[in-house]
Amino acid sequence: MDAILFYASAALAVVSALVVIGQRNPIYSAFALIVTLCSLSVIFGLLGSPFIAALQVIVYAGAIMVLFLFVLMLLNVKREADAPGRGGRALGGIAMALVTLLVVQGGTVLLRFQLVPVAEFDASTQKMARVLFSAHFLYVFEATSILILAALVGAVALARKEP
Amino acid sequence: MEHPAFVQHAVLLSLVLFGLGTLGVFLRRNVITVLMCVELMLNGVNLAFVAFNRAAPGGTLDGQVLVFFVMVVAAAEAAVGLAIVIALHRHKDTLDVDAFSVMKG
Repeated sequence: MDAILFYASAALAVVSALVVIGQRNPIYSAFALIVTLCSLSVIFGLLGSPFIAALQVIVYAGAIMVLFLFVLMLLNVKREADAPGRGGRALGGIAMALVTLLVVQGGTVLLRFQLVPVAEFDASTQKMARVLFSAHFLYVFEATSILILAALVGAVALARKEP
Repeated sequence: MEHPAFVQHAVLLSLVLFGLGTLGVFLRRNVITVLMCVELMLNGVNLAFVAFNRAAPGGTLDGQVLVFFVMVVAAAEAAVGLAIVIALHRHKDTLDVDAFSVMKG
């Protein structure tokens, strides 16, 4: 049952990611990306990370994608037009993607990396909070609030009309 | 509990998602779609973090914490990036990446 859910979500993630990069209309790309993010959330849950799975839906599929769709509809974006010189660009992209795949996959093969899930694994929200608010990560956590504030002020300053 | 091969296959899936995101950044010409492809790459990295954390000995949760911070930075990046896109659209009235070449050497 778990295996069916895992591989179905993985296939759905890959197919909708293909739609994201293959689609000319950005609105459809955004909706396909939401499908990718939700199926990834299922996979996070199956890997024993309920907190990350919930964050994925709330923050990514909820907040970030709504922001993307808001801007897409605010700017009334049209379909992408055909343009010359797409072939070279596509070749460069495929080469980059293949190099990424080869480097990481080659690295795992060379190191004879065996990924075995450990038996005792607890990533519940309570355990996550204990790690996140421990002395180890507390200052980093507080620094993220400053980052969010800076992003807020920056976004408002960048997007407002020039006086 | 779960199948032992899940971790290995999750790493493979994260590689595929990262590769597709890279491909999209090169292929697409709309600035907003390029930003969405960057989000796709970030999600591939997040999946790799979660998968490797699942296989890490000693019950550490550092991978999960890193995913949390990646999500915070992605939210900040999306907010600032889309504000820049709005400012660019106001200047040039287009979203084509080739139109923004003012600083090209």
